[in-house]
Amino acid sequence: MNAPTGLGTGAQRLIGKRVTRKEDGRLLTGKGTFVDDVAVPGMLHTAFYRSPIARGKILSIDVEEARSLPGVVAVYTAEDLKKRPVVFHTFYMTPGEVPMGPLAEGDVRYVGDPVVMIVAKDRYVAEDAAGLVVVEYDEEDPVVTIADARKGAVVHPTTESNVAQVMGIEDDEDIEEELAKGAHLVTSTVIHQRIAQSPMETRGVVSDPRGEEELVVHITCQSPQLVARWLSLALGLPDMSIRVLAKDVGGSFGLKNHPWREEVAAIVASLLLSRPVKWTEDRLEALTACNQAREQEMTTRVAFDKDGKILAAHADYSSNNGCYPQGADANVAVHMFMWVAYRVPVPGFITRAWYSNTPGLAAYRGPWAMESLAREALFDKAARQMKIDPVDLRRKNLIRRSELPYSTAAGIPVDDMSPAECFDKLLETFDVAKFRREQAEARKQGRYLGLGLSAYVEPTGSAGSMAPMTGELAQLRVEPTGKVTAMMSTHSQGHGTQTTMAQVIADQLGVPYEDVTVFEGDSSRGGFAPGAAGSRQAVLGGGASIKASKLLKEKIQAVAAHLYNANPESVSIENGMVKIAGAEEMTRSLKEVAEIAYGEPMRLPQGMESGLEAQYRYLPPPMTLTSAAHACVVEVDVDTGFVKILRWLCSEDCGMVINPAVVEGQVAGGLAQAIGQVLLEEVHYDERGNPTAATFKDYMLPAITDVPDFEYIHSNIPANNEGGFRGVGEGGAIVGPPTLFNAIADALSPFGELPVSLPVTPSKILDFVEGRSDEAEATPPPVAGTPEPAFDAEAPGASAVLSGALPLSVDGEWQVTMQPPVGPKQEMVATFRTEGGVLTGQLAAPEGTQEFSGTVEGNRLKWEMKVTQPMPITLKYDLTIEGDTLAGTAKLGMFGKAKVSGERIGGAAAAPTPAPAAAPAPVAEAATGPAAIDGNWDVVMKPPVGPEQTMVATFHTDGGTLTGKLDAPEGAQEFSGTVEGNRLKWEMKVTQPMPITLKYDLTIEGDTLSGTAKLGMFGKAKVQGTRAG
Amino acid sequence: MSEHAIEVTINGRPVSGRVEARKTLGDFLRVDAGFTGTHLGCEHGVCGACTVIVDGLAVRSCLMLAVQADGAEVTTIEGLAAEDGTFHPVQQAMRDNHALQCGFCTPGVVCTMAALTADDAKPSEDQLIAAMSGHLCRCTGYQGIRRAIRQLTGQPTGVAADHGEHA
Repeated sequence: MNAPTGLGTGAQRLIGKRVTRKEDGRLLTGKGTFVDDVAVPGMLHTAFYRSPIARGKILSIDVEEARSLPGVVAVYTAEDLKKRPVVFHTFYMTPGEVPMGPLAEGDVRYVGDPVVMIVAKDRYVAEDAAGLVVVEYDEEDPVVTIADARKGAVVHPTTESNVAQVMGIEDDEDIEEELAKGAHLVTSTVIHQRIAQSPMETRGVVSDPRGEEELVVHITCQSPQLVARWLSLALGLPDMSIRVLAKDVGGSFGLKNHPWREEVAAIVASLLLSRPVKWTEDRLEALTACNQAREQEMTTRVAFDKDGKILAAHADYSSNNGCYPQGADANVAVHMFMWVAYRVPVPGFITRAWYSNTPGLAAYRGPWAMESLAREALFDKAARQMKIDPVDLRRKNLIRRSELPYSTAAGIPVDDMSPAECFDKLLETFDVAKFRREQAEARKQGRYLGLGLSAYVEPTGSAGSMAPMTGELAQLRVEPTGKVTAMMSTHSQGHGTQTTMAQVIADQLGVPYEDVTVFEGDSSRGGFAPGAAGSRQAVLGGGASIKASKLLKEKIQAVAAHLYNANPESVSIENGMVKIAGAEEMTRSLKEVAEIAYGEPMRLPQGMESGLEAQYRYLPPPMTLTSAAHACVVEVDVDTGFVKILRWLCSEDCGMVINPAVVEGQVAGGLAQAIGQVLLEEVHYDERGNPTAATFKDYMLPAITDVPDFEYIHSNIPANNEGGFRGVGEGGAIVGPPTLFNAIADALSPFGELPVSLPVTPSKILDFVEGRSDEAEATPPPVAGTPEPAFDAEAPGASAVLSGALPLSVDGEWQVTMQPPVGPKQEMVATFRTEGGVLTGQLAAPEGTQEFSGTVEGNRLKWEMKVTQPMPITLKYDLTIEGDTLAGTAKLGMFGKAKVSGERIGGAAAAPTPAPAAAPAPVAEAATGPAAIDGNWDVVMKPPVGPEQTMVATFHTDGGTLTGKLDAPEGAQEFSGTVEGNRLKWEMKVTQPMPITLKYDLTIEGDTLSGTAKLGMFGKAKVQGTRAG
Repeated sequence: MSEHAIEVTINGRPVSGRVEARKTLGDFLRVDAGFTGTHLGCEHGVCGACTVIVDGLAVRSCLMLAVQADGAEVTTIEGLAAEDGTFHPVQQAMRDNHALQCGFCTPGVVCTMAALTADDAKPSEDQLIAAMSGHLCRCTGYQGIRRAIRQLTGQPTGVAADHGEHA
C-alpha cells in the first residue's frame, strides 16, 4: 500500500483531528443562509395547483377567480410557460427520455402533478389563489405499481411500453446451467418500499433575473456548478450568465442534484415577468409530489457448492421509476457492484425500470444499495438453509486483500479494498459465540434476540468516467494579509467541507487552521464539479486541496529563498511562519512574504508572476473503494412487534480520515436512514395512486429514541490516491439495511424465514410470528424471474411466425436500422446469403464492414458478431423476415437489447426460391459432406481480451461424431464432439492461464471455417480458420 | 382578512407589527421581524425545527399564531448567545460534540434544550432525550445530540464509542 504523500508538515498535524467545525459558528446562532432565508427587493412568491388524481385528461382549466384575487400577479398554465421552452436533462447532462415540461399539459400523470402556477405578492395569497383554480378531468385508471406497469396502459404516449429501460440477458440459459450445478440453490426476494429523501430543508429557489444577460439563482442544491450547467442546457440560454448560489443547504441525500419541475417553473416565471420569484416547497409537497427514491423488487438466486462456496448467481431487478424520473435507467449499478467484495465466478442479471403514475424517482444515498440488501439477506438465509454459520459462509466467499488485484466477473478491476479485513476486525471486537449463548438463554425465557452481520464495498470518488463526474478544482491564495483563502466546488449540505478542506490545506501549507477560509456554494467560484454526489468530496476535494497547496507552497519557498538568499529546499512554513533552516533570525511571517509577493514585485525573482496564488484540478483513479462490515443486535418483542436495537458496531475502512467527527457523522447519518428504511419509512400509494403518507405523522422518520449509540471499529487503510482518502457519504445507508434486517430475521428465525419486505413494521412482524404471512413467502412477487409478456412480445421469432411463414428469399441487400436501449440509432446495410440452414453475410456501417455467419430457420435469421467499438461485446442478432421487411433484436451483451428493423433494398423480393429449410430442421447434412471437414486446419482464436492464438486443428468425422486435436505452441490436446452438417461443436477443459471449459462452435464453408469458442464467464472468442494445404 | 396590531419582545427588544390573524408566529419571526434563524421544516408541528422559546416555554412557532404572541417574550436562536458572542451552554455543548451537520434542525433543538435547562433547571438525560424525540434530524443519527445531552447533564460524553484509534 502506498503511504499517502506529504501529509502533515512540521509539528502540527490537523488531519485526523476532531477540530470544531467552521460551519457551526453561523449555524448555531441562526446566521446561516438557507434558500428561504434569501429575500430580494420586489420578490414574488409562488404556489402550485396540483392534480388530485393520478391519471386523466384535462378537460378544462378555469383560472379566472384565481387571477382576480388581489395580490395575484400572474397565473400560468403549461401553455403560458412555453414561451420559454425547457428541455429537462438528466444528471448525465443528456436530454431526458420522455418529453416533459414544468407543468402538466393535456393530461395529468400522478397525484401532485403541477397544473397551474400562481405568482403573487406573498405565499399566503399564492396559496389562496391556488385553492381557487378549477380543473375538470376525465379520470382514467392509473398505473401505480410495477405489476400495474407490466399490464397497464402506457404512462407516456411517446413510449411503446411502460419499460423505461431494460438491461441484461433475458432467459440466460448459460446462467441457468451454472445455477443448476450447485449443491444448494438459495433464492431470496427483496421488496423495498418507496422512500422520501426528506432533507429537513425542503426544495426551494429564488430566481432573480438581472436583465437579458444575467440570471442569479439561489437554490438548495448539491452543487451550484452543476445546477448552473444544467440550467444553461435546459433553458437553452448559452449566452446568459447564470450564477447559482447555495450558501447553506439543509440536507440533500441525492434529491437535490439538479432542479426539476417546480424549481424550473419558478425560474421560467421569473424570466417571463422579469421579477425575482421565490418558491419554497412545503412538507406536503415534499412528501407527495417531489421526486422520491427506491421502490424496487429483486429476486436473487445463488448456487453454492456443498461447502458453501458460490458457483453462480443471478439477480432479477425491477424498479418503479414513476412518471418523470430524474434518470429513466434500470440501475445497472446494482448488478455491477453486487459481487465486488465476494468471489462469484458466474454472475448474471436482468434489470428493468418501469414508468408509473407516481412521482418520478431521483437519487437517494447509495442509489444502488439494493445489491447489498439482497446479497447479505440472502447469505443469512442461505446459512440457515445450508446449516452453515453465517460468519463462515461469508468468510468462504469474501475476497481478501492478499488476493488483489482482482477483476470481478462484471469487469470491475479491484486493487484496493478490505471487506474481509473489516469483517475480521468486527469479529475480534464482537464475540459471536458469547452472543449465541445469550441468545439461546434468552429464547428459553421467551425473548428473541438476533444478530445481523453484513459486509460490503462501495464505489466512492467516481471521476473521469461519466459526464458530470469530473475532477475537482481547488483555487488557493495566500492573501496579502497572510491569511489563506480557498475557492472550492466542494459543497456542504451538512458534510462540513469548509472544515475538512481547511484542515487539509492548513496541514499541507503549514498554517493555522483558523487562518484558512474555504469559500464554496457559488458557481462563480471554483470550477465545474458535481459537488456532493457519489461520496466524492474527501477523495477529490481533499486531493485537489493537497495538490494546489503543494504548488502554492513551492511558490512561497521560491519567493522566500530569493528574498533571504537561501535554497528553496531550506524554506519551511510552520504555524504561519516562514523559516529558513539554520537561520532562525531570518524567520518571517507569511504575511510579510505575501505583502512583498503582491506589493513589491520588483523584489521577486526575475519573470515570476506576482502574488501568491495556485490552482489544481485533481483527477483521482476512476473509483476508490470503501469497505465495511457491520454487526447489529436486536431484541424483537413478539407480543407487540416492536424492534429494539441493542447494539450496533461499525468496522469501517474509510482510508485516511480527515476529521473523525465528520466521518462518524456521515456513517451515523446513513445508519439512521437505514433504520428508517428497515423499520419506519414508507411512501405508499393506494390503488388509485393517492399518496397515503402526507405528513411526518404518516411518513415516520427515525427519532432519537429509534437510533442507538453506534460503536466504531477503525479498520482504516489509506487509499491509493492523493491523500489516501476514501468516500464515506453513502455507506451507512448501504450496509445498514441488511445489517438490521438480518438481525431481525435472526431473532425471528424460530418462526421461519422472515420475508424481506420493507419496512418491517410491527404489524408485519406480528403477522409473521402469528403465521399470517405464509402467503408472502409462498407467493413470490411477479418479478421472480418470470419474463413479462408485455415486453417479451416485442421479441420476434415466436413459433407462430415461424410456422406460418412461407418460404421466401432472404438473400440480397437490406437497409437495416438498429436502435440500442441508450444512444443514437445506427443505420447499416446487411447482405445475406443462405445455403441450406447456413447464413453468411456482412454488415456495412459507416464505421466499417464486418462479416458474419449464422443460421437460418424458415424466415428467422440468427447470428453473432463481436465488435470492439465502443466496447468489446458480442452482438446476438435474431431477426425475422416478412416479405420485404425484417424486424427483431440484437442482444448487446449486458447492455440489453437493441431493436432492429429493416427493408429490402431494391424493391420486391426475388422470386421465392425453394425453402432452404421449411421446418425448423437441423442443418441439412447434404449441404457440405463430411469429407469436406476432415483434415488439418490453420485456426486463429481471438479472445475478448488478450492476444490472438494460432493453432492447428485436426478434425475427423464419423457420422455425427467429431474427434480431433488442437495443436498450440503450449501443447496439443485431443477432443471429441459432434458434427451436424457443416457445424462442429466440442468442449475442452484447459488449466492455463486459468481452469475453464472452452466450448467451440464452428461452421465450415468450403475451405474456410468460422465460429466462436466460449471462454466461461470471459465471453466468447472469435475463431477463424482455413484449410491447411 | 382582518389585521391586528401586535407587539412582541423578541430577544429582548420590542417589535411591533400588523399581521393577519392567520399568520403563524414562525412566518412573523422570519418574514416580518427578520429572524430567519427559526427554520420551518414541516409546518405541521412534528419536526420541531421551528421551536422558539415563548415566555420560557419551548413552542413550535408553526403551530402558534403571531397574534397569540402579542405581549409575549420570545427568544429565538439569534437571542441565546451572550452579547459578547459567548455561546449559550447548549450551543457550546452542540459545538463541542459535533451535534449538527446541515444545521437546519439545530435552532429548534437548541431552543428546546435551552428552555429545559433555563433557570438552572437540572433535567435528567432521560428527560432531555424524551424532549429530543420531538425533533427530527436527518443528518446526524442523533449521535452528537446524545453526547451534547450528556455534557449538559454533567456526564462523560464518550467522544464516540471507540474501539482503537483512527489510522
